[in-house]
Amino acid sequence: MEVIYAFCVGLLAACGFFLVLRGRTFIVVMGLTLLSYAVNLFLFASGRLTLNGAAVLGQSAQYSDPLPQALVLTAIVIGFAMTAFLVILAMRSRADQGNDHVDGQIPVRPVSPSLLDKRNG
Amino acid sequence: MNLLWVVLLPLIGTLVPLFTERFGRNICAFCVALLPAWSLILVLMYAPDIFNGQAIRQTIEWIPAIGLEVSFRLDGLSLLFLLLILGIGLLVILYARYYLSLKDSMSRFYVYLMLFMAAMVGIVTSNNLIQLWMFWELTSISSFLLISFWSHKSEARKGARMALTVTGAGGLALLAGLLLIGRIVGSYDLDTVLASSDIIHAHAAYPVALILVLLGAFTKSAQFPFHFWLPHAMAAPTPVSAYLHSATMVKAGIFLMARFYPVLAGTDLWFIIVSLTGLTTLLLGAYIALFKHDLKGLLAYSTISHLGLITLLLGLNSPLAAVAAIFHIINHATFKASLFMAAGIIDHESGSRDMRQLNGLWQYMPYTATLAIVAALAMAGVPLLNGFLSKEMFFAETLNQSVLGSLSWTIPLLAVIGAAFSVAYSLRFIHDVFFNGQPVDLPKTPQEPPRYVRIPVEILVALCLLVGIFPAFVVGDLLHIASFAVLDHTVPVHNLAIWHGLNLPLLMSFMAMVGGVILYYNRRHLFEFQSHFDTTDAKHIFERTIQSLVKAAESITNTLENGSLQRYVFTLLLCTLVMGGLPLIELTQNSGTRASIPLDGVTIVCALLMIFSAVATVIWHRRRFLALIFLSVVGLIVSLTFAKFSAPDLALTQLSVEIVTIILLLLALFFLPQSSLKESSNRRLSVDLLVAGLIGCVIGTLCYAMLTTPLNTMSDFFIANSKTGGGGTNVVNVILVDFRGFDTLGEIIVLGIAALGIFKLIANMRIAIPARDDKGRAWSNDPHPMMLEVVSQSLLPLALLVSAYIFLRGHNMPGGGFIAGLITSVAIIQQYIAHGVQWIKPRVTIDYQWIIASGILIATATGLGSWLFGQAFLSTWFDYFSLPWIGKFELASAMLFDLGVYLTVVGAVMLILANLGKLTTSERLDIQENN
Repeated sequence: MEVIYAFCVGLLAACGFFLVLRGRTFIVVMGLTLLSYAVNLFLFASGRLTLNGAAVLGQSAQYSDPLPQALVLTAIVIGFAMTAFLVILAMRSRADQGNDHVDGQIPVRPVSPSLLDKRNG
Repeated sequence: MNLLWVVLLPLIGTLVPLFTERFGRNICAFCVALLPAWSLILVLMYAPDIFNGQAIRQTIEWIPAIGLEVSFRLDGLSLLFLLLILGIGLLVILYARYYLSLKDSMSRFYVYLMLFMAAMVGIVTSNNLIQLWMFWELTSISSFLLISFWSHKSEARKGARMALTVTGAGGLALLAGLLLIGRIVGSYDLDTVLASSDIIHAHAAYPVALILVLLGAFTKSAQFPFHFWLPHAMAAPTPVSAYLHSATMVKAGIFLMARFYPVLAGTDLWFIIVSLTGLTTLLLGAYIALFKHDLKGLLAYSTISHLGLITLLLGLNSPLAAVAAIFHIINHATFKASLFMAAGIIDHESGSRDMRQLNGLWQYMPYTATLAIVAALAMAGVPLLNGFLSKEMFFAETLNQSVLGSLSWTIPLLAVIGAAFSVAYSLRFIHDVFFNGQPVDLPKTPQEPPRYVRIPVEILVALCLLVGIFPAFVVGDLLHIASFAVLDHTVPVHNLAIWHGLNLPLLMSFMAMVGGVILYYNRRHLFEFQSHFDTTDAKHIFERTIQSLVKAAESITNTLENGSLQRYVFTLLLCTLVMGGLPLIELTQNSGTRASIPLDGVTIVCALLMIFSAVATVIWHRRRFLALIFLSVVGLIVSLTFAKFSAPDLALTQLSVEIVTIILLLLALFFLPQSSLKESSNRRLSVDLLVAGLIGCVIGTLCYAMLTTPLNTMSDFFIANSKTGGGGTNVVNVILVDFRGFDTLGEIIVLGIAALGIFKLIANMRIAIPARDDKGRAWSNDPHPMMLEVVSQSLLPLALLVSAYIFLRGHNMPGGGFIAGLITSVAIIQQYIAHGVQWIKPRVTIDYQWIIASGILIATATGLGSWLFGQAFLSTWFDYFSLPWIGKFELASAMLFDLGVYLTVVGAVMLILANLGKLTTSERLDIQENN
C-alpha cells in the first residue's frame, strides 16, 4: 500500500510540475492544483497510513495521527483561496493585457520552419 | 560621572547646529563646541585614574543571552586617542568657523563633523567587537558625507565614492575578521579577547583572522596598495582634511593595529605583512609627495608616508618600536593638522594651492609663514621639534630588526632614503611657497588671515615645540600609559630626551638631512626623470573598475532575470532537484522498519484511476475543458484516499473544496481561451518532462521513506488532553479550534484577505464576454432548466440542515466550521446556478464582505474574551448542561470560535464565486440585448 501511495504522490507532483512549466495561465493553475494535491497527500503521509483509526475518541482502538490532519485541513482551504486568487489574476491579466501568457505578453521566439508547417497544416 | 556620556555628548552634538544656525555663525560654532568640550572635560576627569594604571569600564546589557551589550572602556590608548580626537576636533570647529564661506551650509558641515567625531570616540572607547565595528562603519559613512560636502564638484563626489568603496570594503573584511576572532575566543568582549592571546595564536584560523583585520586597518589607514583613495579625498574642505585625513580617521586603522597588538602581533606572519606593507607605503608616499604641485596633494602623500612609518614600527614586533609608533601618532597628528590648516589659510587667502603659482608668500603673510615653517620642519624631523624625536626612535628600531634575514641591513638604508625624501618635500613646502621669487598669476593678493583662524595653528605648533624641547615633561606620562595598554602592561625602558649622545641614529638623521637637501637642490633632474613615467590617475582606474563591475552585474542579472516566468520556475525546480536529489544518492536504504499495509482490490482500482486521470490531464492539457474534468477526478480520488486512511474530516473538506474549485475553474475557463496551440518545442517538452519526472521520483522516494519509518509523534498529548482539556472527542477539530486556535485565527484572516483581494480584482475587471466557444458555437441562451430549479430549491433546506448538523457535531465527530461552511457555500452556489443572480439578488441582501468581517470578529472576540477571565488569549472554556426535552448537552467557547471560522469560510467562498458568477450574467444580458 505504501509503495502505491508514494508512487501516486510522486506522479501527481511530476504532473503538477510539468504543467506549472507551461506558458499559459490556466494550465499553470491546473498544475498548481495537481501540485497541491501532491503536497497535501505528502503532508498527510507524515502521520503514516492507518486503516479504520479515525482520531475520534472512543471510536477505534488505535488512532491515526491527528496533527498532520489538522494541518492539511487548513492547507486545503488556504489552497482553495490561493487557486482562486491566481485564477482571478489570470483573468485580470487576460483582460488588461489581451493574452493569457504567464509573462503578460507572448514572447517573440524565432520560429523554426517545421513548426510553422505544422501550424499551417 | 558616566563613561557613556563621553560618546553620547558628541552624538547629541549632531543636533546642536540645526537649532543654533539661526542665531548666527559665531553662536552656532560656539554652541557646537560646547558638547565636545564637556566630553573632553569628562575624559580629563578620568585621566588621574588612568595614569594610575586603571582601566575604566561601563556596560549596559542589551540581550545578555547572546552576549550583546553596549560596553565602553577607557584605558591609556583610548585616552591618548580621545585627547587627539576631541582636542583637535575643537580646534577644527574653530578653524572651520572662519574657513567656510557664506555660501556653504555651516550647520550641515557641523552635523557631519559631529557625527564623525562621535563615531571616532565610539571606536576608541568600545569594549565590544561588534560595537567597535559599528562605529568603524559610521566613520566611513560620515567621512563620505564630509568629503562630498561640496557635492556640486565632480571630484568631490568621485573622491567620496572612492573613499567609501575602499574603506567600506575594508570594513566588511574587518567585520569578518572580528566575527572570526569572536568565534575563536567565544566572546565579543574586548577585555576577554585581549586576554586570550594564546588561544588566538594557537588557533588554525589565526592567519585568516589576522589578514581580515589587517585588510580593515590597511584600507582605513591608506596603506599600499589601498593608499590611492586618500589623495582623492583631498577634494574635501580643508578642515576635513586636517581632521579626518591627517589626525584622526586614517589613524583609526593604526588604532586598530595597536588595540589588537597584544593578541595579533608577535608572530612571523604579522611581522612580514605589517612591516613590509609599512615600509612600501613609507617609501612610495615620500617619493610621490615630492612631485605633487598641489599643496594638499603633497601633504596627502606625506600623510600616507608617515602612516606607513607608524605601520612599519608596529610591524617590527619589538616593544620599543611600539612605543615609538605611539609617540609618532601624537607627533604626526600635531604637525600634520597644523600644516593642513596652514595650507587651508594659504588657499583661502591667495586663491590657489598650486605650488607653481605660490611663491614668495613670506612677504605677504610672515606670521602664518613662520607657523607653517616650524610645522614643516617638525615634519622633516629637525632637532628641537617633536618629529625629530620619534624619527630618531624609528631609526634606532630599524637597526634592531631582522625582517629580511641577512638582507635586513637594507631596511635602515631604505628608512634613511625615505627620511631624505621627507626632508626634500618639507623643504619644497617651505621654499616653494614662502620664498623662491614672486607669486605667479594668483587670483587674489595674499594677506594675513583673521586673528582667530590662526589660533588652532598656533596651539598645534606650540605643541610641536613643547614636545620637541621638553618631551618627557609634556608627553612622557601619556606615552607611558598608552604603551602600557598596547604592550599588555609591560613597558620597556625608554628615554625621551633630545640628546642621546653621538650614535648611529643621530648619524642617520644627519644623513637624511643632507640627503634631503641634495635631493631638493637637484629636484629639476628628478622631475625630469619622473616625467618619463606614464602616471595613470587612480581615479580613472577605479571608475573603470567600478563600471565594469556594474556591467558584469547587469549582464548577470539580465541573463537570470529575462522576464520569463517559465525560465524562473525551471531554474527553481532545477535547484530543488539538485539540492533535494543529491542527499538521496548518499542514502543507501530508502525503506524503514514500519510494517506495510496489504493492498486490496478497490485501492488498486482507485490508484489506477488516479494515475490515468493525472496523466490524462497532462496529455490533454491544451484541451482545457477535458483536462479540467480529469483534474476533478484526481481531486475526488484524493478525498477518497483521505477517507480510506482514517481522516474523515479531511475527506469531507477535500470533497467540498473540490466542488467549489471546479466550479471556480469552470467559470474562469468561460473567460479564458478554451484551448491553446502547441507552443513549446519537442526538445523543451522533453527537458521539462525529464526535470518534472525526476522531481517526482525524489518526492515519491522521500514519501516512501517517510511512510515506512516508525512514527514518532507529539500527537499523544493531543489525544490524551482532547476530551479533558478541550471538551471534544474529535481530536482534529479540537486541535483546530483549541490547541492551535491561534494558527486557525491566522488562517481565516488570510482567507478573508485573499477573498477581499479577489473582490477588488473582479470589481475593476474589463473582460470581454465570449459569445461563442472555441469551436464557434454560440453559448446556449436557455437560462435555467426547470428541473434543476425545482430540485435545487427543495434541496436547499436539506443542505442547510446537514451543514448545521455537521457544524454542531464537529467538536465530537467529524465535521466543524470549515466543512460546514463549505457545505453551506455549495448549497448557496447551487441556487445561483439553478436560478441565476437575478433571482438571488432580492433574496440575499447581505454583503458577503460583512459575513467575512463578522466571522473574523467573532473568532477574535472569542479569543479576547478569555482575557475577561484572566486567561491567556484564546483559552477555551466548556461545561455540560441539561435542559428538559433535550437532555444533557455541552457548551464550549470553542464552538463560538468555530462559528467565526464557519462565517469566514462562507463569506470568502461566496464573495469569490458569486462575484465571478455575476461577471458572466451581466455579459449574457448584454448579448441578449444586442441580439
